[in-house]
Amino acid sequence: MTSWPALISGLLFGLGLTLSGMSDPSKVLGFLNITGDWIPDLIFVMGGAVIVTVLVTPWVLRRSSPLLASSFSLPAAQTLDKRLVGGAVLFGIGWGLSGYCPGPALVSLLYGYDTTIIFCLAMFAGMYLQGRLSRS
Amino acid sequence: MDNFTLPLTGGLLLGLSAIWLLFSMGRIAGISGIAWGSLAGPDRGWRLLFLAGLALGGFATHWLIGQPIPEESNAPLWVIIASGLLVGWGTRMGGGCTSGHGVCGLGRRSPRSLVATVTFMALGILTVLVMQAVSGATL
Repeated sequence: MTSWPALISGLLFGLGLTLSGMSDPSKVLGFLNITGDWIPDLIFVMGGAVIVTVLVTPWVLRRSSPLLASSFSLPAAQTLDKRLVGGAVLFGIGWGLSGYCPGPALVSLLYGYDTTIIFCLAMFAGMYLQGRLSRS
Repeated sequence: MDNFTLPLTGGLLLGLSAIWLLFSMGRIAGISGIAWGSLAGPDRGWRLLFLAGLALGGFATHWLIGQPIPEESNAPLWVIIASGLLVGWGTRMGGGCTSGHGVCGLGRRSPRSLVATVTFMALGILTVLVMQAVSGATL
């Protein structure tokens, strides 16, 4: 499988997260804090990203296959279920506690802060535990 | 610099990243899934390359372009640990995070992603409200 395009995608993603200020948890918390000193930055980040994907994704998916792979790998699930909503609830609470979601947390490892390293270890532990407990 | 120029530019780059990955490899640029898959597999190779690119992008912003590095979170340790556990658990259970559901899923007009995005945004806002009330009460 051709993998190099993922490097370019990651590079663009890392640039986007850090240029936009998403890798600053205080900015993210300032955005979620709608009753306080609201920081609107994330509207532009999410808005800019979603405008691009909403406009271009249908055009991409009209192709019979991706440029460098045999088929599109899209999520199979279509129905709304408790796992989806429950997962989003827990993720939202975790996000609101620190201001970190997975992308910004991972790119922030570059800064060498203890809190980011601990967050990422806890995040991977959470992913591992979820897989273990949902299988049993 | 206008206070919306960088956020908007960054957002457009995030969208471009997601489109490029879908167009070239047919994959969803969902960071929680990519992060977990880079450790647990399958197909670890492209996911590790994505994460290497992520680091390069951050490096370029702060060490080539020279944008200041954000300050460290001042949240207490237990909050950081609880937050990490919930984010990891929740994103795996719900099948995505801000990128997979928010950026990519909304682009595909996925009803599941719309529900997930509205839910985690609402809970994020609510959590900040509760934390403010709690810390305000103890100060």
